[in-house]
Amino acid sequence: MKKSTAQNSIRPWAVLFWLLVWQGASMLFAALWPNGHLLLASPISAAVRLGELARTAAFWRAVGGSIAHIFGGFLAGCTLAAALAALSARWRLVRELLAPLAAAVKAVPVVSFIILALVWLDSRSLPLFISALMVFPPVYLNVLAGIAAADGRLLEMARVFRVPLGRRLTGIYLPAVLPYFRSAVSLALGLCWKAGAAAEVIGLPAGTIGERLYTAKVYFQTPDLFAWTAVIVAVSVLFEKLFLALVDALAGKAGL
Amino acid sequence: MDVHIEHLCKAYDGRPVLENVSFTAAAGRVTCIMAPSGRGKTTLLRILLGLERADSGTVILPEHCRWSAVFQEDRLLEHLDAMGNLRFVLGGALDGAAAGRLLAELGLGDTAGKPVREFSGGMKRRLALARALLAPFDLLALDEPFTGLDEDNRDRAWRCVLDRTAGRTVLLVSHELPPAGEVDLVRL
Repeated sequence: MKKSTAQNSIRPWAVLFWLLVWQGASMLFAALWPNGHLLLASPISAAVRLGELARTAAFWRAVGGSIAHIFGGFLAGCTLAAALAALSARWRLVRELLAPLAAAVKAVPVVSFIILALVWLDSRSLPLFISALMVFPPVYLNVLAGIAAADGRLLEMARVFRVPLGRRLTGIYLPAVLPYFRSAVSLALGLCWKAGAAAEVIGLPAGTIGERLYTAKVYFQTPDLFAWTAVIVAVSVLFEKLFLALVDALAGKAGL
Repeated sequence: MDVHIEHLCKAYDGRPVLENVSFTAAAGRVTCIMAPSGRGKTTLLRILLGLERADSGTVILPEHCRWSAVFQEDRLLEHLDAMGNLRFVLGGALDGAAAGRLLAELGLGDTAGKPVREFSGGMKRRLALARALLAPFDLLALDEPFTGLDEDNRDRAWRCVLDRTAGRTVLLVSHELPPAGEVDLVRL
């Protein structure tokens, strides 16, 4: 399975360039205005603040709380989307019924869902629900496309030889679906962390990254703001790599 | 029990492929159905296998019969090795020793662990034949099973077919006569 393209690769020199631009802009703000350093914290102060935060138990509780909600929502959304895609592939009626739902979730701004969901749900369940919702369209549509891409001639062969459903799933459907599932997961994990963090900032569940981001904004703690943002990016990337490694290991075990 | 085909007709987009085809394949015999390309040999087998419906006519098969087949294409799981492909079809019923013997007879004895996508065309064809011969069956359909095989491999494959189908009903679709042995001939 193709994992990345050279066109999208991030070069260390380019990262360094943008960090220098950020540092320069921060120094310029500090020189131009009396409290300019508050408007744009430097990468160094953000890194220092991240180091300080990482030494506190509250930091790890917030990270753990957000992971539990957002990754929990991701897993729930993935499971539901894959199951419904299987039903949709089997019954056209289910496919037709779910098509407007998937299109609506894709099209409606996530903030509308967050505000609407706040009316129904408590703030702790909100990120879980929003993450699951964001994951649903890409995983559902890609798994459905993967099932449709299963080789019809192999399915005929399995029918003639009376191969049971379990072996048809692992031998024919799984190899067809895995590449589609992989690309959906790669997209969905990024989406669900962005949307989940936004839901935490709006819903303010206690002891989460979103709550700490909001507090940083209220008290004008821009180094904290950047530090927590860096944490979200790092956790998102880490979970994407871990989950894709798991999918690749599964594919490798199946000989794909 | 014999296989009876009576007045079978099939057309695609108004173009007739099978026109009033009737014959009987005798039980326990090899029936070779010969015709030039495009005369509906594969369509006939697909109808017999239950993969397509005839427009009209009748097919009378033994009750609860189990088919095995070599299709026009190899239809193998490319990511699995030879044994993996056999296990996919046979599951727990796969007799590893018998499978190993047949693979060796067909010249595929040294392919363990090699995914089918790395096989040559002829190796894939022989594996498709091994799969068809090892699967439990009452009726065997062979659609051009020797395509892509050189003369040696074709003779070897044909001997395997004759050895393992003695007393069972075989429908062989081909544009040429099999290398040897007594077969009933039907021309479309």
